[in-house]
Amino acid sequence: MAKNIAVIGDSESIKGFGAVGLDIYPCEANEEAAQLFRKIADTDTYAVIFLTEEIFAITEKERKRYEDKQTPAVIPIPGVKGNTGIGAKRLSSFVEQAVGSDILFQ
Amino acid sequence: MAIMNVNPTRMQLTKLKKQLTTAVRGHKMLKDKRDELMRRFIDLVQENKRLRDKVERELALCNAHFVNASAVMSKESLDASLMSPKQQVSLNVSQKNVMSVNIPEFTAESRTANEGDIFPYGFAFTSFELDDAVMSLNDLLPDLIRLAEIEKSCELMSAEIEKTRRRVNSLEHVMIPRYQETIKYIAMKLEENDRSSRTRLMKVKDMLLEKTYNYSSK
Repeated sequence: MAKNIAVIGDSESIKGFGAVGLDIYPCEANEEAAQLFRKIADTDTYAVIFLTEEIFAITEKERKRYEDKQTPAVIPIPGVKGNTGIGAKRLSSFVEQAVGSDILFQ
Repeated sequence: MAIMNVNPTRMQLTKLKKQLTTAVRGHKMLKDKRDELMRRFIDLVQENKRLRDKVERELALCNAHFVNASAVMSKESLDASLMSPKQQVSLNVSQKNVMSVNIPEFTAESRTANEGDIFPYGFAFTSFELDDAVMSLNDLLPDLIRLAEIEKSCELMSAEIEKTRRRVNSLEHVMIPRYQETIKYIAMKLEENDRSSRTRLMKVKDMLLEKTYNYSSK
């Protein structure tokens, strides 16, 4: 099944992705972003949804619904404002969930 | 550990013994599953970490390129250049079963025949910084897709490992000891019943002998 890739974030961070063939949805980090994310994730046309770290941080509740599904994979990427370490924290939380404590990246 | 609320009968004992063997076998299998899942998960999560570091580093470079581009071009012309993309990446999603966890596999396909055909603008009125930015982002795309695939797999696997670990623990520390103790309890109870009926019979026999023949055991 062919699906696409979406990128949600502030327009500065994501405009380049449009050129390389991903679908971009510019928005600011507020409640509308959460709604937008939900609308996009529910359409089931995207296999991967990249969120900038700001958007990723505020859509925690919405992301829960897609955690145990195979698609969409919701992945945080750093925006122009720089890396906030959310990605690494997310990895640690996986290890913590699986092992019981973070034994790999302390 | 509390014993189960069962009748101490022979039938119950056989039933419990059967359940105990099943529980022990299930425990062994789940433990193997957990160990194997864990081994794969650790490999995957290490690759994930490596890839994420790389992607985040290179994405920062890409963003720097874009900032450079927007410094030399006006915002309008930059946006206009990127407005109508030529390329469209679609992903073929298939699934792979790893120890009963279905993890996704993504294979990317581009719309145009030539994968390098990425620049959605003419080169005449744009700066080379923009070309750099778009090109570096395009080079990063396979890594981004692979990162998405691995990170989703890690997410699914960690949930499954947690579930399996809980099952193994509850079998090991709750179910199996409980079965064992209940079995022991029933066995003791049956033996006790056995002994008490034996002494009763002996007593009755004594009484009968005394009554009929005036025998005395004393």
